[in-house]
Amino acid sequence: MTNQITYKQFGDNAILIEWKPIIDKNILSDIITYKEKILQSDLEYLDIIQAYNSLTIVFNFKINNVKNKIFKLQSIYSSKLEIEKKTLYKWEIPVCYDLDFGIDLKEISKKLKISIDEIIKLHTSPTYTIFFIGFLPGFFYLGGLDKKLFFDRKSTPRLHVNKGTVAIGGMQTGIYPNNSAGGWNIIGKTPIDFFNADKENPCFAKAGDEIKFRSISKEEFYQIEKDITVNVFKIHKTLKYD
Amino acid sequence: MIKVLKAGFYSTIQDKGRFGFASFGVPFSGVMDAYSADLANSILNNPLTNAVLEITFGGCILKFLNTTTICISGADFSPKLNDKPILLNSKIRVQKDDVLSFGKINFGVRCYLAISGGIDSPIILNSRSQFKYVTFSFKINNGDIIPIKQQPKEFFSSKSSIKIHKEHFSSEILECKVGPEFDWLSTTQKEKLFTDIFTISKNNNRMGYQLNEILNNKLPQLLTSSVLPGTVQLTPSGKLILLTRDCQITGGYPRILQLSENSINRLSQKTTNNVIKFTLKVI
Repeated sequence: MTNQITYKQFGDNAILIEWKPIIDKNILSDIITYKEKILQSDLEYLDIIQAYNSLTIVFNFKINNVKNKIFKLQSIYSSKLEIEKKTLYKWEIPVCYDLDFGIDLKEISKKLKISIDEIIKLHTSPTYTIFFIGFLPGFFYLGGLDKKLFFDRKSTPRLHVNKGTVAIGGMQTGIYPNNSAGGWNIIGKTPIDFFNADKENPCFAKAGDEIKFRSISKEEFYQIEKDITVNVFKIHKTLKYD
Repeated sequence: MIKVLKAGFYSTIQDKGRFGFASFGVPFSGVMDAYSADLANSILNNPLTNAVLEITFGGCILKFLNTTTICISGADFSPKLNDKPILLNSKIRVQKDDVLSFGKINFGVRCYLAISGGIDSPIILNSRSQFKYVTFSFKINNGDIIPIKQQPKEFFSSKSSIKIHKEHFSSEILECKVGPEFDWLSTTQKEKLFTDIFTISKNNNRMGYQLNEILNNKLPQLLTSSVLPGTVQLTPSGKLILLTRDCQITGGYPRILQLSENSINRLSQKTTNNVIKFTLKVI
């Protein structure tokens, strides 16, 4: 498959590489491969920002010759170099959909005319793909929400949304990795930590990995929460097969 | 070590930023006005990567628990050592138990306190820059003890102060390049962007500066993509947001302009009701 890619200078010291503006797994896989090739090349850069249809290469210095830089990137993209592929995982995320946590479930159920049990079933059935991590440290941009659960964001965001909150915003679903303000509709809560700056690897998952939600009771929620504080909980993972 | 007797309005430990963790959604952070922070470190012969204290509008009172040398650059909040005025952009010897405080705000928004040898707070994800959920606290607090590196060198007294470019604080001009979605704008919108004078709203902080004026538009939504410090976003309601050092790494509003590094530094010394003008830098 050939992907149409464009290159643009983005400010004094970054290059923006863009794919077609759609949410698409083939584009994601092309982006991941490209990024891996850059990581394994001799290109010097400060950081790379990944999003649905873009990679932004941030340099430490002002780019003097943009054409040269783009040419270098293009040659990395088209190189036949065998790259070491990262192992991709599917992570099981326990979520408690109890009404005490899922404070917007009743409203969603009423407006969408779907029972709460059915909402939980529709939310736990799909396997979601992590397209990238952004917005907040450890916030996954997930693809794969069932169309039946699309639900507009709140017109006024809440000033405080708890860490671990699982929510639906428009065509997306996500987990708040830390307390923050937020306008998404709250359907549950997970006890899992999505970002810990004290760890060498601050977030267990990465772009390209998958997640699946598993409905748990309140008792199980508190048990897992306890297990996490004493470091005995391991998130269940399986290898992702293409 | 430095003891924070009073934290003031908003002071944070910052270095040149946290890079290499964008794949986890971690912002870059770092000193807002890198020009002034670099100046303070240079005057002390520190590496520019040394962490400094970024002090917003003064208000903080600091006590030195050991002898060292400091330099304050950037905004002028009438700094005083033991209640005696001290110079900006100058090497200042401080003795154990000396107290640094600030007074009248003369110009600017952020000043930088560099310490010979640098601040020695913990490095989290390759940086000392304080940021919510990354470092223990996102700012300094009353009673904090800030560790500093002991300098082995002798101090050479100097009464001179380096002259700085006044335009750094006074100029209303922000130089920029076109942003990735600049071409989505109509000719009239582009013209307005470069002829109008804009005012900074009260929503301005280390994450971004919102402007008061509205640029009416019917631009399509952008599929969430990368943003950088210095990116100028245009919201559907016409609000312009100038992102600064603590901004998120991704956003969904069209990116119409990109400020130069120097303009991000200049913007950092502006606040509510200050005016700005965009000018396109010819590549």
